Amino acid sequence: MLQSKSFVKKTRHGKVLKVVREHYLRDDIACGTISCTVCDNSKACLSSSSGQIIVFDTNVALHQIGLLENAAVSNVVVLSLVLEEVKNKNIGVYNRLRTICSNPSRNFFVFSNENHRETYIKGLAGESPNDRNDRAIRVASKWYHAHLGPTSKIVLVTDDAENRRRALAEGIVALSVHEYVQTLGNAELLDLIIRTGSEEAQTTGDAEDLRPSKRKVIYPEHKLMSEITSGLHKGIYHQGKLRVNRYNGFEATVSSESIGEEILIQGRMDMNRAFDGDVVAVELLPEDQWQANSLGKIAEDADEDDNEEAVGLVPDVAEAVTDTVAAGRAGRPRGRVIGIIKRNWRQYCGSLDPMLNSGGAGGFVHALFSAADRRIPRIRIQTRQFANLVNKRIIVAVDAWDRTMRYPAGHYVSTIGDIGDRDTESEVILLENDVNNKPFSKQVLDCLPPLPWSLAAEELQNPNRRDLRHIRVFSVDPPGCRDIDDALHCTLRPDGNYEVGVHIADVTNFVLPDTPLDEEASKRGTSVYLVERRIDMLPKPLTEDICSLRADVERLTFSVIWEMTPEAEILSTQFTKAIIKSCAAMSYAEAQARMDDSRLSDPLTVDLRNMNRLAKIMRKRRIDRGALTLASPEVKFEIDSETHDPLDVGMYQIREANQMIEEFMLAANVSVAEKIFGHFSQFSMLRRHPVPTPKMLEPLLLTAAAVAVDLDISSSKALADSLDRAVGGDPYFNKLIRILATRCMTQALYFSSGDLPPPEFHHYGLASPIYTHFTSPIRRYADVVVHRLLAAALGLIKLPAGLRDKALLTTVADNLNYRHRNAQMASRASVELHTLIFFKNRPTDTEARIVRIKSNGLIVFVPKFGIEGPVYLTGKKDTKDESDWIVDEQSQTTVSRDGKYRYKVLDKLVIHIEVVEPQPNRPKLQLTLVEQPNA
Amino acid sequence: MDFISPEGLRLDGRRPLELRQLQAEIGVVEKADGSATFEMGNTKVIAVVYGPREVQSRSQQQHDQALVRCEYSMASFSTGDRRRRGKGDRRATELSLVIRQTMEAAILTNLLPRSQIDIFVQVLQADGGTRACCINAATLALADAGIPMRDIVASCAAGYLNSTPILDLNYLEDSGGGPDLTVALFPKLDKVSLLQMDSKIPLDVFEKVMNLASEGAKAVAQFIREKLMENTKQLVLAKGR
Ligand SMILES: [Zn+2]
Repeated sequence: MLQSKSFVKKTRHGKVLKVVREHYLRDDIACGTISCTVCDNSKACLSSSSGQIIVFDTNVALHQIGLLENAAVSNVVVLSLVLEEVKNKNIGVYNRLRTICSNPSRNFFVFSNENHRETYIKGLAGESPNDRNDRAIRVASKWYHAHLGPTSKIVLVTDDAENRRRALAEGIVALSVHEYVQTLGNAELLDLIIRTGSEEAQTTGDAEDLRPSKRKVIYPEHKLMSEITSGLHKGIYHQGKLRVNRYNGFEATVSSESIGEEILIQGRMDMNRAFDGDVVAVELLPEDQWQANSLGKIAEDADEDDNEEAVGLVPDVAEAVTDTVAAGRAGRPRGRVIGIIKRNWRQYCGSLDPMLNSGGAGGFVHALFSAADRRIPRIRIQTRQFANLVNKRIIVAVDAWDRTMRYPAGHYVSTIGDIGDRDTESEVILLENDVNNKPFSKQVLDCLPPLPWSLAAEELQNPNRRDLRHIRVFSVDPPGCRDIDDALHCTLRPDGNYEVGVHIADVTNFVLPDTPLDEEASKRGTSVYLVERRIDMLPKPLTEDICSLRADVERLTFSVIWEMTPEAEILSTQFTKAIIKSCAAMSYAEAQARMDDSRLSDPLTVDLRNMNRLAKIMRKRRIDRGALTLASPEVKFEIDSETHDPLDVGMYQIREANQMIEEFMLAANVSVAEKIFGHFSQFSMLRRHPVPTPKMLEPLLLTAAAVAVDLDISSSKALADSLDRAVGGDPYFNKLIRILATRCMTQALYFSSGDLPPPEFHHYGLASPIYTHFTSPIRRYADVVVHRLLAAALGLIKLPAGLRDKALLTTVADNLNYRHRNAQMASRASVELHTLIFFKNRPTDTEARIVRIKSNGLIVFVPKFGIEGPVYLTGKKDTKDESDWIVDEQSQTTVSRDGKYRYKVLDKLVIHIEVVEPQPNRPKLQLTLVEQPNA
Repeated sequence: MDFISPEGLRLDGRRPLELRQLQAEIGVVEKADGSATFEMGNTKVIAVVYGPREVQSRSQQQHDQALVRCEYSMASFSTGDRRRRGKGDRRATELSLVIRQTMEAAILTNLLPRSQIDIFVQVLQADGGTRACCINAATLALADAGIPMRDIVASCAAGYLNSTPILDLNYLEDSGGGPDLTVALFPKLDKVSLLQMDSKIPLDVFEKVMNLASEGAKAVAQFIREKLMENTKQLVLAKGR
């Protein structure tokens, strides 16, 4: 049967079109009930005998998706009409709903009511689309009842009272969500329900007077969408994504294309209920208000929120810098949010704020939720289980934020575990950084070769695979490394030159394009390293066995082999698939010890020394070219093997051996980048490191100027040279300046070569015109892509379809950048967590350096533990005392009024680190000054 | 975009291997020697045939076979946005050529030397698969004109979206970015007379899509045959009266 749908649609060019589409109605659509004898039962999952079958409307799906995700809700018919409407309104909810439907244990059946001959209805004259859809849902409910016979129990769940009334009149059982959840007999589930406007008025009148007329307006109103659109058109408003400062939830920026500059938004009022990531419309403030307080206080108590700066790891790149010095400069446009174009609400991990009177047991309590992500404002939720939840990490979803509500309203979704428990906190870290921690699915594991894997005879016959098993290949990695993806060799040739090989695990021999394994790896993008564990990109049999280039086993590799002169000039480069048999898997310390031990002169040691000599020449050449030797304080924990608690913490020691391996990996990456770009100029996956803008380097220059160091930032070479010259009174001074420089740099990024002109390929940090990632395919997907590109460039394989598509490759690169950043954030958060655990019973006095002066305190960096945080000079709440200190922004010094104390940036001082619990179960690190007379 | 729901239904409610509704009418233009409209869903094409008749320009006359000419055009009201489409644009020229060659292969041209056959094809409503629909309409119109043919020509398109081969794409699916493959064949001879596709696809996928399009064309051929039988029956009845 054929129906034609016609509707009117506006095109991009503003023309109005009438669109006619065919709509076929069918009689072969199954009802999905197991006991049904009429329909095709192959995909049936509903049971008509064991109680009610639930049908719900679109608003229930949109508002109560958390409830639907709870396993207690089962035996549900999802109408295709509802899915379609949800998809149009909120793609996120749609995806979640689809996930439930595809889970066989949940018994959710999708019924294509809109394509069923008996359940499709045409809109009546004068009937609104909404009314028509409500009617369609009732018709479908009725059809099920008729189809399954009079004993069946079909329940329509809707919060629309009018719809319920009509349903009852038509003989359908209809319940509100609240009533339905009560039939499930599980009080905990009631917390999951989101109170929407109409229902709220009835149920919560007792707790607090929330009637609209009695509520006080707090926030300015959001403009109507039509006003926003015309305002954007006229250039009065500016559209962009709101980015909240990771370290200060009261400050955000909107990068607007129309202005070409970032608009600063300060304070909750001006942010006007926008969340991080929301697409907002912004109005600029008058120019005389652009000058903000230039020197931020450490804690800005503009709201009741107690949003102080916390002690944490040292920021690693420009993006993470909390500095408001640059932000508050005059001339930076300031604005305020006047409307939200697209919300970016997701679910948030965090905990409830403790309350003094938590009310009687079982009663509804209004509680405030603080998200682990500091960019997110507090969220108000209602719960019956406050006492249960207060010491747990929980997940909360946001429902609404009206003008009258100081905090957004949300609801409880689920519990992760106890606060402070390491596993719970790690889970929070993974969830917050969108790291997929689930075990690999069966489909993915099915792609693995059978174990135990061994070299197949036909590989030896493969003319494209060179047999290098006779060559003395070895690997050098961090101690305990089990996923060894690189190995090397260095042989002296009879003509006095060297043959140097970098052998990388041949991961793409096992991870084939367009397999579930490949898709999963592509989604994960990278392995994630937490302090106590690793979340793999590829399943363990590959990472730790089949692909790992362990000693004394035959392994497949993709190799880069150079002929080099003793002066480390590359004469020729070869790329080949190969078979190796590593003779030694050493740790950095072992390799270093061999090189240093003058008594040893075995071939392996000689190879290492030769290699090290070449590496030193290459490194010097690179630095002469302008590569930056930056420094980031990487912390290393010694972990108790049983309790997994940190036993000791210290800076990661960099040896010559590390630098040697790094040098050859860089060289291999550059060689491969040149090769693939030569073949595929439009779709090579490369990595670039943008030149930092002068603005980004401003904090560095400010500090340098204060300590009378002259930095030249005109090029990376100039900066590298001036960093070399920056030697202060003590040996650590230079390292400190380098650490400060590192954090001004941008992130290096993956990109597709077709998207940018070649000059933009430049890698600033390495001073290389072209660069890519080839050497770690076990733990980075970018390297997998590059392996395929290289194999195709050599004519070994055909380029997979996915890599021939420019747009697709760009999407892959974007995802890798996102995953990469998240993995770094997760690692940092994990180190922070373990730092906290470490200091719990170990209050410590240690040396620190001042990195910034603020009006009421100092920001100090603790080299030994790699942490940074505020030291308050005055009582932090007591703002009147501020005048006790005189701050000179120019020279970055602060002097106490009585002249007794004087602090200058980069000064050395002794601080006390300890864990305090200002509120029960909310431990945090606190840094305090150990009193010492000032010189 | 999802062109096929997890329930296995396409945007318009069809399953991947289903044709749209076919409709045809023969003899719609009295004045012409042969004419027909052919509908595949919302795609509607009219084909009108004049001939065999004397060759208009002497120089083009072929002494051993008939001259077949074809003119393709698109009515300005055939798509949503009304715009003039000339007969001379590249797409129209290309389609005219494709239709002419396909029909020429079917017509027993050597039986009609020194004559000319004109085929006019116009798209009245476009919703994907116009190429196939034009060929089907032309077949019916030629049959209506009583022009001798080796076999009827039936055509159908198929594509590949969401990793599934799908038959008879409508406009929405056609714009989905996947390959669009049109096959025309002689069902009785089981020979392919037209195979067109303008994108790259892996060989194994191509084979699947090609087979599906052929199956579709065979189903269309069956429909055309029934239509012709029905038409002949009516003509016989009309004669008998
Ligand atoms: Zn049934």
